Amino acid sequence: MGDILRLVGKRLGYGLITLLVVSILIFFAVELLPGDVAQAVLGQGATAETLAALRDRLGLDQPAIVRYFHWLIGAVQGDFGTSLVSGEKVSTAIAGRFVNTLFLASYAAAIAVPISILLGIVVALLRNTLFDRVANVLTLTSISSPEFFLGYILILYFAVKWQMFPAISSLSSDMSFVDLLHRSFLPALTLVLVVTAHMMRMTRAAIINLLASPYIEMARLKGAPPWKVIVKHALPNAWAPIINVVALNLAYLITGVVLVEVVFVYPGIGQLLVDSVQKRDFPIVQACCLIFAATFILLNLAADVGAILTNPRLRHPK
Amino acid sequence: MTTNVQRDLMDKLAEAARAGRVSRRSFMSTAMAAGISATTATGLWTKQAAAQPKSGGVFRVGIHDNNSSDSHDPGTYLSIQQIFLAHTHRSYLTLINTDQTLGGDVASEWTATPDAAEWTFKLRENVSFHSGKKMTADDVIASLNFHRGDATTSAAKALLADVEDITKPDDYTVVIKLTGPNADLPWLMTDYHLCICPAKDDGTIDWESGDGTGPYKIDEGAFGIGFKLSRHEGWHLEGAYFDAVEMLALNDPNARQAALVTGDVDAVSSIELKTMALLARDPNIVVENVPSASAITMPMFCDQAPFDNVDVRMALKLAMNRDEIVEKIAFGAAIPGNDFHHSPAQPYYPDGVEQLSYDPDKAKALLKKAGAEGLSVSLSTTDSVFSGAVDLCVLYAEQAKAAGIDVKVVREPSDGYYSDVWLKKPFCVVAWGARPTPDVMYTLAYKDDAAWNESHWKNPRFNELLLEGKGELDDAKRADIYREMAVIARDDGGTIIPFFRNFTYAHHAKVQNSGQLAASWEMDGCRAASRWWFS
Repeated sequence: MGDILRLVGKRLGYGLITLLVVSILIFFAVELLPGDVAQAVLGQGATAETLAALRDRLGLDQPAIVRYFHWLIGAVQGDFGTSLVSGEKVSTAIAGRFVNTLFLASYAAAIAVPISILLGIVVALLRNTLFDRVANVLTLTSISSPEFFLGYILILYFAVKWQMFPAISSLSSDMSFVDLLHRSFLPALTLVLVVTAHMMRMTRAAIINLLASPYIEMARLKGAPPWKVIVKHALPNAWAPIINVVALNLAYLITGVVLVEVVFVYPGIGQLLVDSVQKRDFPIVQACCLIFAATFILLNLAADVGAILTNPRLRHPK
Repeated sequence: MTTNVQRDLMDKLAEAARAGRVSRRSFMSTAMAAGISATTATGLWTKQAAAQPKSGGVFRVGIHDNNSSDSHDPGTYLSIQQIFLAHTHRSYLTLINTDQTLGGDVASEWTATPDAAEWTFKLRENVSFHSGKKMTADDVIASLNFHRGDATTSAAKALLADVEDITKPDDYTVVIKLTGPNADLPWLMTDYHLCICPAKDDGTIDWESGDGTGPYKIDEGAFGIGFKLSRHEGWHLEGAYFDAVEMLALNDPNARQAALVTGDVDAVSSIELKTMALLARDPNIVVENVPSASAITMPMFCDQAPFDNVDVRMALKLAMNRDEIVEKIAFGAAIPGNDFHHSPAQPYYPDGVEQLSYDPDKAKALLKKAGAEGLSVSLSTTDSVFSGAVDLCVLYAEQAKAAGIDVKVVREPSDGYYSDVWLKKPFCVVAWGARPTPDVMYTLAYKDDAAWNESHWKNPRFNELLLEGKGELDDAKRADIYREMAVIARDDGGTIIPFFRNFTYAHHAKVQNSGQLAASWEMDGCRAASRWWFS
């Protein structure tokens, strides 16, 4: 157990260094974009005087490096600054939307993870049958279609034709939990369709890979039924790759959902990031990107810890 | 011919419709059974049966063009989300009526000195902020001063550049003194930046709180997501029939359309032109297609070869088939331009100025005269100018081939187009928002010394007329001046105007309006929330 804690500590340390590097990259990437926040805010209506006045007010006349360190010093103390465009605190601008994104991601994950692992096990059991082929074709089709296209198809049938679910998922604070689930079902379903194939096929491949091992043959020879061979003997050894894929897909559910947000008008963090990049609103861009980076780091760490915990050989190294 | 029997029947039907006893659909079928054509019946439904506004209901409206980074700062108003919200929760000095005339908002009347250099606005005394505070001249002055002075970052600074001083003789009178004559000042006050915010003691305004004197007050909401508003009881104008308004940010055109079709919203702005005809087939949905003063322009630098030759400019104008462009690029939802930046939706429009038509042979002859045969020009464009901006240029390039002109379409990056391409490249495509009067538009982009003189065009007679028109309070004389200016711009100017875009928006059939729609902005001058009602 102590080993694991040491590992987690070390990885968190590396994670912080990664975040620092990410923040530097993001800052200079935003600096490299043509135009600046003053031009983006004033748009077509900008004149030289109003541009100068706005730059002065936002402190853009300072060199980039100075502005970066100002931001960094604040960030280390937990103050991520205020939006250059709206003047709102970054934490208030992001908090509500990030909660929405987390909600949608958990909603989709709660459906997608059990379904894909279960499907993976079933198709491994019934490999090369008609069921296996149909499941593969369907999930591969859904992963190969762009998300917005899947979204429109779902809207066409579930919202316009059958009127079962609303076409837009605008949330409001006075909704009950059941309302929330109903409102955001279509975006969640779209995400489920997008991530299922990857996890299902990984589960299937990992299990089938193991089925050629001598110990599985032994299990078969002693007369264990096929489902027991898979669930009891193959699956425990297949967890490591499955957990890795699940972690990757969970990260995707949080960081890669801009299109789904746009199609379903879901108030998540992706749209905020896109808008902020357009307006060169560096503090918001930085905060969103750091959240995304931290998500990847933490989920990868969780995957590694999960892999160790499910593998006795790694748990008790010689 | 409508017989007496039919008229009698229609009267009864109309009465039933007013009382809400028949739906629009049964109204239509009964009317048609009585031998009245569909068009007449539709007209009757909107004009007679439904012309009585009714109070009540929650108006849910889906708006395009929303940014999460928008704010209540009137100096930064740019997106439709901000402009629609501004007209819903704030007020202006004046407004544009549904019949395109000028009317009063918080101002009840206005007069000018004979030289049009000093304007006096009388304010209504019954205007109050949502916070309960009474609105007085101090609030109006602070709100206008917000856009003036050296430190302002407002995009409306240029608009008020010739305001010298704003004073108040009493609490309900505001006097605006100008450095020169401007007969259009009351029209300028309808500009979407110039909304009234509560003044603070130091003469600045409090825009942060979102307080205003408009028909609805903001209950909750966030930019980029949406707003919930409820009626401001005691609003100073007629209207505000809905109990509450819900604005939803729907940036995706398909999301807007789906939301309207499924009944998740009652009205949407900016519908996709490609599918407009399909949407209009739905009997529950009414598509509005309103000509506007929002132009697409193609400015050419008149001080740079080859555009410094008026014959070359005219050849490029004649090489454009505007009818085909309106049909294929704007899907019919546009009016062809005539290369003067004055739309029929603006006041003083000169009727009967001969329309430039597609004439490749004449264009060829002009090029020969100019010694510019085999002309080759580069035209900068990008998709973000408006949807179809690249297609427009490609189609124009094809049309110009017949005149022996080689138009090279250059696709520029969307990002930073207005800072790096517009006013920098000699020939590009630009989208202009609607301006209230021809004077504002000409002063902004056609005056010889204007910062945004996008075509570098300097015509002495045009500039002389512009100044003359600006100070002329006699409407008939002004109309003549703008007619002459239109002809000069068409024949000599450096800007090709392919078309003026229509505003296209849609609402559920149960949403009613007066039958006339203000052409200043989308959604009935962005005042749908206070002007429309549920049948």
